[in-house]
Amino acid sequence: MENIIGLLVALPLLGAAVLLCGGRRLDRTGHWLGTILAASSFVVGAVLFADMLGRSGDDRTLHQFLFSWIPVGGFRADVAFQLDQLSMTFVLLITGVGTLIHIYSIGYMEHDERRRRFFGYLNLFLAAMVLLVIADNYLLLYVGWEGVGLASYLLIGFWQHKPSAATAAKKAFIVNRVGDMGLSIAIMLMFTTFGTFAFGPVLKSAGDASEGTLTAIGLMLLLAACGKSAQVPLQSWLGDAMEGPTPVSALIHAATMVTAGVYLITRSGAIFNGAPDAQLAVVTVGAVTLLFGAIVGCAKDDIKKALAGSTMSQIGYMILAAGLGPIGYVFAIMHLVTHGFFKAGLFLGAGSVMHGMNDEVDMRKFGGLRKYMPITYVTFGLGYLAIIGFPGLSGFWSKDKIIEAAFAKGGTEGWILGAAALLGAAITAYYMTRVMLLTFFGEKRWQPTPSPDEPSAEPAADSAGGGEMPHPHESPKSMTVPMIVLAFGSVFAGGLFSLNDSFLHWLEPVTGHSHGHSPLSALTVTLATMAVLVVGVAIAWAQYGRKPVPVTAPRGSLLTRAARRDLLQDDFNHVALVTPGQYLTRGLVYLDHSVVDGVVNGTAAAFGGLSGRMRKLQNGYARSYAVSMFGGAAILIAATLLMRAV
Amino acid sequence: MSTLAAAASATSTAETVQFWLLGTVAVLGALGTVLSKKAVHSALCLAGTMIVLAVFYLANGAYFLGIVQVVVYTGAIMMLFLFVVMLVGVTAADSLKETLKGQRLLTAVCGLGFGVLLIAGIGHASLRSFTGLGDANAGGNVQSLAALIFTKYVFAFEITGALLITAAVGAMVLTHRERIERAATQREQAAARVRSGKQVPPLPAPGVYARHNAVDIPGLLPDGTPSELTVNPTLRSRGQIRDVSGEALSDLAALEQRSAERLERGTGEGRGGRNGGTNDNGNGNGARTEEAAQ
Amino acid sequence: MNPVNYLYLAALLFSIGAAGVLIRRNAIVVFMCVELMLNACNLAFVTFSRMHGNLDGQIIAFFTMVVAAAEVVVGLAIIVMIFRSRHSASVDDASLMKL
Repeated sequence: MENIIGLLVALPLLGAAVLLCGGRRLDRTGHWLGTILAASSFVVGAVLFADMLGRSGDDRTLHQFLFSWIPVGGFRADVAFQLDQLSMTFVLLITGVGTLIHIYSIGYMEHDERRRRFFGYLNLFLAAMVLLVIADNYLLLYVGWEGVGLASYLLIGFWQHKPSAATAAKKAFIVNRVGDMGLSIAIMLMFTTFGTFAFGPVLKSAGDASEGTLTAIGLMLLLAACGKSAQVPLQSWLGDAMEGPTPVSALIHAATMVTAGVYLITRSGAIFNGAPDAQLAVVTVGAVTLLFGAIVGCAKDDIKKALAGSTMSQIGYMILAAGLGPIGYVFAIMHLVTHGFFKAGLFLGAGSVMHGMNDEVDMRKFGGLRKYMPITYVTFGLGYLAIIGFPGLSGFWSKDKIIEAAFAKGGTEGWILGAAALLGAAITAYYMTRVMLLTFFGEKRWQPTPSPDEPSAEPAADSAGGGEMPHPHESPKSMTVPMIVLAFGSVFAGGLFSLNDSFLHWLEPVTGHSHGHSPLSALTVTLATMAVLVVGVAIAWAQYGRKPVPVTAPRGSLLTRAARRDLLQDDFNHVALVTPGQYLTRGLVYLDHSVVDGVVNGTAAAFGGLSGRMRKLQNGYARSYAVSMFGGAAILIAATLLMRAV
Repeated sequence: MSTLAAAASATSTAETVQFWLLGTVAVLGALGTVLSKKAVHSALCLAGTMIVLAVFYLANGAYFLGIVQVVVYTGAIMMLFLFVVMLVGVTAADSLKETLKGQRLLTAVCGLGFGVLLIAGIGHASLRSFTGLGDANAGGNVQSLAALIFTKYVFAFEITGALLITAAVGAMVLTHRERIERAATQREQAAARVRSGKQVPPLPAPGVYARHNAVDIPGLLPDGTPSELTVNPTLRSRGQIRDVSGEALSDLAALEQRSAERLERGTGEGRGGRNGGTNDNGNGNGARTEEAAQ
Repeated sequence: MNPVNYLYLAALLFSIGAAGVLIRRNAIVVFMCVELMLNACNLAFVTFSRMHGNLDGQIIAFFTMVVAAAEVVVGLAIIVMIFRSRHSASVDDASLMKL
C-alpha cells in the first residue's frame, strides 16, 4: 500500500506541469484536468486512509523510499515519504478542501483568460503542500515549504496587472523569507546536533540533546512557523495577501498553507517538549496573535480582510494549543481541521457575495443580502455559528478544548493564557457577528460600482459596467455545491471528532497526549465560553443590529483607527526595519564607493599615472632606445663582474 | 714581427712604440668619426682608424686579417660608405646640437660607465703573460686559418656565404624601383612647365654678368645681386656656393659715388635712380630676382 | 709592453663608437660608428688569439667582417630607401612609432 503514497504528490505535480507547459491548447479543458487530478489525489488519500483504518494504532505509519537525493559523505538526504495519522489528517484536509476549491474556481474564474494558469498554480500548490506534510525528513519538508511559498506568491500576484497585487505578492514572499531563514537554520542545527534530519532519528534522540540546543532549534522552528502562519511578529503579509483571487484566500491563506506552521510545531513536538523556554515563546506568540488578529478583524470594513484577521486569530489559537505541549497538540490539529472547513466556507461565501455584488468588498455597502442569496446566507451563517463556537457545531468542540487546555497549563501562565483565550473568544463572537450583520441583515446600502476609477479584475462579475447598481444574485452550482459541502463539515466535523474522543485516539500514537490539571472543571470553562460568546454577540448586535449602519465608516476611537491600519504593523516595520535598512544600505553604498572603489580606482589611477609617465620613455627615437640598451648592457657587465668579484 | 716568443710577458720595444704612436692616431680617428660635422670627414677619419687597426692586426700575427681589413673594410666598405654619403648625405653639415632632452648626459654616463667597467674588467683579469702565435702560425697564417675554416668552421663558413648572397639580393630588392608609369616625353615636360608657369625658359647659366664663370659662382642680376638659381641644385643644397658678388656690388657703389660727386647729387637720389633702372630692366629679370629671394 | 694594452684600446674605441651611435643623428654616421664598434671587437678577438696562442679568435674576427659586410650592404640600402622617401637621413625623423 505504501507504494502509492508518492501519487499524492505526483498527480497534482503532473497537473501543474501539463497545465503550465501545455500552452493555449489546454485553455478550454485545463481546469477540468486540474480538478480531476486534485480529486484523484484526494481519492488516493482516501484509499490510504481506509487502509490505515484497517490497521491497529501503533502500526499505522507507512514509509516510502523513492531515491537518495543528496548522498555526500556523512550527509544524506533522501526523497522518502512518511504517512502517519498526522500526515493523513493533513492530506485529507488539503486534497479534500483543495478539490472543493478547484470546483468552486471553475465557476469563479470562468471569465478569466488566464484560468488555465490559475489551475496550474493551484495544482502546484497542492503538490507542494502534500509534499510538505508527507515528507519524512526536514529537508524534503523544506522543499515543500518553499514550494507552497512559491505557489502562494504566484497566486497572490495572480492579477499582476494590479500594482497592489504585485506589491502584496512581493511582501508575502519577503516576509516569508525571514521565516524560511529560521527553518534552514533549524535544519542546520539539527544536522550538527543529531547528524541527520530525518523525522524518526531526530525526534527519537531529541531527549539526548542539551536543553539549550533544543531551545535554539525550537525558537528557529517557531520563527519559521511565524512566517508561514502569519503570527506576530511576521504577520503583516496576510492581510495584503487578500489581493489574490478569493479561492486562493480560502485555500491557501485560510485553510491549508497558513496552518503549515502548526504542523511544523506539532511534528517537532519532541523537540519542544524538551525546551520549555521555546514552548513559552510559542504560547506567547499564539496568545498575542490571537488577540492581535481578533482586534484587527473588528475594525476592518473589507470583508476579506476581516476574515483574514480572523484567520490570524484562529491560527493563534492553534499555535497556542501546540505550544502547550502534549496537552494541546491534538486540539491544535483538531481546531486546524474544523477551522479549515468553516473558514474555507466563510471565504467561499465571501467570494460568492462579491460575485453577486460586482466585486464590492466593503461590508458597509452590503446589507440585507439574505433574501437575494439564500444558499450563501445559510452556508455562511453555519460557518459563522461554527467559528464563534455555537454549541454543537465544529468550532465549539475544538475551541472549547483549547481554552480548557490553556487553563490546564497550570499556574499563573495557565490563568493568563486561559483568560486571553476567553477574551479572544468574546472578540471573535463580536467581529463575526458584525460581519454577519453588516453583510446579510439590515437595510440595503448598495451603491453603484466605482469601476472607472478602480477597474477590478474579478472576472466573475457579470456586469462590470461603470456606475451600475449591483444586482445581487445567487452564484452558480459549481460555487454553491462546495460551500454546502464545507458547511456540512463546519456543522458536523467537530461533533464527529469528539464522539468518544475519536480524534484524540486517532492522533495520540503520533503526538502523544496528557490531561493537564485544570483548575477549572470542563463544565465551568464551557459555561464561561458561552457567557463571553453571548456578551460578544450582544455588543455587536447593539452596535450594528439595532441601529442603521453608516455607509462611510465613522472616525472611530484611537484603537479602532490603529486597528484599521493593522495595529500599525506596517508602520512599525517601516520604522524598525525598513528605514534602518535603507540607512545601512546607503552607508554601505557610500563605503563601497569611497573605500572599496576608492582602493580599486586609486590603484588603477596610480598605475595609469605611472604608465603615463613611463610612456614618455617610448618617444619613438631610436637613439633613446639605444641608450636604454647600452645602459642595460653596462649593468649586465657590472653584474657579471660583481658576481666574479664575489 | 714574424717570429714571436712562445710564451712571453712583453712585446718588442718597436711594437710598443708603434702601439703608442698608432694607438693615438686610432683614438683620434675614432673621435673624429664621432665629432665631425660632415659625413665625408667622418668616413675619412674612420678609414684612417681602420688602417691603423689593420696594422695592429699584422702586429698581432693576424696577417691574413690585416690584409683583409685593408682590402675589404678600408677598400670596399668605406668606399661604399663614401658612395652613399655622396648619394644621399650631400646636404649641408650636420648640426651637432642635441635635440633629445637628457640624451647627452645619459650617453656620457653610459659611455663612461661602460668604458670604465670594461677597462676595470680587463685590469682585474691580471693577464701577465701571453702565449703568442708562433706555434699556431708555424705552417703559415693563411694555411692555418684555411685549415680551421674548412674543417671546424665549415658550416659557419657556408652559412655566412648564404648570408652574403641574401644580403646582396636584399640590397637589390630594397633599392630597386619598378617604374609603374610611362616616362614623360620631352614635349609633355615642356607642356607641364608652361602650365605651371614657374620657369618657362631654361635656367640661366652661372657666371652671367659675373667676373668668373665657375659652376659654383652664381650669376649676377643687373642690380648686382647674385641669383642662386644659376647654380646647380646639388651645390646649392651642399651650401657650396662661392659668392663673389660683393666685389661687384662694392664696385657699383663706388661708381655711383663717383658719378654722384661729379653731378653733385645726393646719394638717396642716386639710389632711387638705380631702383628705377632695375624696374626698366624688364619683367623677366624682375621675376627672377623674386624667385632667387625665395 | 703587454698585449693587454690592445684590449684597453679596443675598449676605448668601442666606447667611443657607442657614444657616437647615441649622439649622432645622421644615419650614415651612426652606421660608421657601429662599424667602429665592430672593429674594436675584432681587435680584441685578434689580441685574444695572440694571447692564447690559437687561431679561433682570428676566425671569429673573420666571420665578424663577413657579417659586417653583409650588414653594411643591407643597412645602406635601407638608408637609401629612407632617404628617397623622406629626403632626410636623420634617425630622429623616423620616429613615427611613438605615442
